[in-house]
Amino acid sequence: MIGGGNAALCAALAAADRGARVQVLEKTSPEWRGGNSKYTRNIRLVGQSYSEEEFLADLVNVTGEGIDRDLATLVIERSGGVSRWMESHGVRWQPPFRGTLQLARTNRFFLGGGKALLNTYYDRAERAGVEVRYHAEVVSLQLADRRFRSAIVDLPEGRCEVSAPAVVVASGGFESNLEWLGRYWGEAVDNYIIRGTSANDGRLLADLLSAGALQRGNPRGFHAVACDARSPRYEGGIVTRVDSLPFGIVVNRDGRRFGDEGQDLWPKRYASWGGLIAQQPYQLAFSVFDSQVLGRFIPPLFPALEAVSIEGLAAEMKVDPGALATTVREFNLAVQRDLPYDFSRLDGRGTRGLQPAKSNWALPIEHPPFFAYPMRPGITFTYLAVGVDRHAHVLDRSGRPLENVFAAGEVMAGNILLNGYVGGVGLTIGTVFGRIAGEEAAAYARAA
Amino acid sequence: MPGLPDLLAEANRQLTICNACRYCEGYCAVFPALERRSILREGDLALLANLCHDCRACYQACMYTPPHEFGVNVPALLSQARLESYRRYAWPGAFAGLFNHPRWAAAGASLLVAALALVAVVVRAGVGGLVAVETGPGAFYRLIAYEVMVAVALILSAAALTVLVGGFYRLWREAGGSRRQLLDMHLWAGALSDAAKLRYLKGGGGGCYYPDPVRPAQARLAHHHVLLAGFALAFAATATAAFEQDVLGLMPPYPILSAPVLLGIAGGLFVMAGAGGLLARKRREPAAARELAGPGVRSLDVAFLVLVESVAVTGMLLLVLRATPAMGPLLVAHLGAVGGLFLTAPYSKFVHAVHRFAALLRDRAEAAEAP
Repeated sequence: MIGGGNAALCAALAAADRGARVQVLEKTSPEWRGGNSKYTRNIRLVGQSYSEEEFLADLVNVTGEGIDRDLATLVIERSGGVSRWMESHGVRWQPPFRGTLQLARTNRFFLGGGKALLNTYYDRAERAGVEVRYHAEVVSLQLADRRFRSAIVDLPEGRCEVSAPAVVVASGGFESNLEWLGRYWGEAVDNYIIRGTSANDGRLLADLLSAGALQRGNPRGFHAVACDARSPRYEGGIVTRVDSLPFGIVVNRDGRRFGDEGQDLWPKRYASWGGLIAQQPYQLAFSVFDSQVLGRFIPPLFPALEAVSIEGLAAEMKVDPGALATTVREFNLAVQRDLPYDFSRLDGRGTRGLQPAKSNWALPIEHPPFFAYPMRPGITFTYLAVGVDRHAHVLDRSGRPLENVFAAGEVMAGNILLNGYVGGVGLTIGTVFGRIAGEEAAAYARAA
Repeated sequence: MPGLPDLLAEANRQLTICNACRYCEGYCAVFPALERRSILREGDLALLANLCHDCRACYQACMYTPPHEFGVNVPALLSQARLESYRRYAWPGAFAGLFNHPRWAAAGASLLVAALALVAVVVRAGVGGLVAVETGPGAFYRLIAYEVMVAVALILSAAALTVLVGGFYRLWREAGGSRRQLLDMHLWAGALSDAAKLRYLKGGGGGCYYPDPVRPAQARLAHHHVLLAGFALAFAATATAAFEQDVLGLMPPYPILSAPVLLGIAGGLFVMAGAGGLLARKRREPAAARELAGPGVRSLDVAFLVLVESVAVTGMLLLVLRATPAMGPLLVAHLGAVGGLFLTAPYSKFVHAVHRFAALLRDRAEAAEAP
């Protein structure tokens, strides 16, 4: 197993359950293990209140019709058994958090979040005889006759070759690799924040693609949310996201609005702002709101900029005061004050005659003090992938499976998440494909 | 040792991170209570600190613990804050320093009471009386006068109780509790149930990650309750003995098959097992985890557990050897340990029981106030 996140550990557990001898090669240390999975908290699963059809519709809604329906349907069907499998491997659940009502019906929350989940999996894996090697960075895979022979691994004591009858690649995407992101986005990447692990440099993804693996997903695609501009460059995780957007307006560095803060669909709205902000000058934007909405959203890590006047706030934001004052005045005038405000539903209380419109939850920004959070795009993961089949085999460019090379997790999630993401589905793909890859690899190894 | 202003600043820094994350919401009452606040003041911190059991589930689950630059360590923070709350609500304030020297306080108080007991024995029975074999009804009182023993016991327990209740009240008020809520029996019933079930020591179901940082277990919970049951049995033994002596007029020592002695034996064994188990867990703790809770926390626990253990051990020895010349010295030692326990009760880990209960009660009240 190459990688040490959720997909790799699910594969390791599934393979060990089938009696295979398993080694996990994790690039980082015991403290930093777990890739992006350690920053997760919920997994999207079909259940009594969430049908397979609805799950698929939600997925198609964000990814578009180009989705691989065969693989998507496989993940969704198998997600029904994931709860029990996770419980049988020691995972505990907790009630959905306050402020996450949108996810309560479609997702389950594991107790303590992703790091606790991984701690449990690592412990179970070690108890099942899985050997975990840390500081083990796989440089490339040696393939011959469409088969995996060995992996070249950098260890603290030097480079070595590890051979095995089968390999599962679960080493994530390339979102931590600024140079690679820069090929598509240029200097803008200097203003991106990588919310998750700093370890996902995509080395093995690039290695597999150059060795002839089928390329799937969108090389330029990534999942990004609005995150606090003051966040650390890497590893900031959940606490960096800004939740205040629908409670006010969002302006760029020119003091102008550029998106609909009252957009209807929750998962889309959550994910779309990262991309929108990435297109703004200096990749910088501000969520601006007033004192009447304080306490209605989860406060982020850093305090908001604050001033008693809009012009004063603009000075704090280093935005032209006149431009911001004009934007706020025009917004306030356009709010349909005669309609009732109700955040618990799409209240239709939007703006009239404003471009772009705010289509719901429009409250005039007029109660001082005024606040702003500076925001940058927070990249979570990339959509570029190696192609896989239903058995998690990596496919070559002709679409034929490499018989003993399997993939799971972000390295293949782009087969399904071409252009979009719904909360919790990354872990669903990682868990379902991790299990498939682990079981198939164990079966192959036994037969070999 | 950090002062309260530093602790408050660090608490606000770390707990702002927690409040933005909330992944630990399912572990215990600390995190929901935290989410009801945006700025922490002294009373808030004391409440959170005393809701925390130092089970370390949140520490293991946290992706922001060192070496992450956010440096979150909630169990350490709240353990230090708990120690600070013990000092803050201690009365008289001059004695709060005893929390910094728990071993000396326990040993000193026990030796002081033992010395007084020794003087009392010598005054009443002479030096020879100390090692004389005394049997039959009233044997103990031939060494120390009944009136002296009862008066000292009553004064010590009344003093300890007064100071503890005072600390309870000031913590309650500073954590935002009202006087009216103190009379709400529903809140008391709820908090007593939380305490009896050790609801939040279960860490969301897995148990306690202390001392084993990888596999949570319920053993700490079990040891805690064995110790608590030991206290309850010892109290029952004392109460039945008082009844036999002062109502029925039967003078101790009592036969083995009597309510006070049977209850006392059970209590002694439970205390020995419970405190011994908790001490053994501390000894098994990996070196790296030992100082996780920060300075001063471990020694406070150890001093208290050792003192409780010595009360139980001297009591049991006294029972076994009461018809031998060792009875006198053992009586002195036992009274010393018991007196030390009572004398230091408001300045030792014993306040944990009071502060925890105040916090559980306040938490119940807040949950009831919440919309």
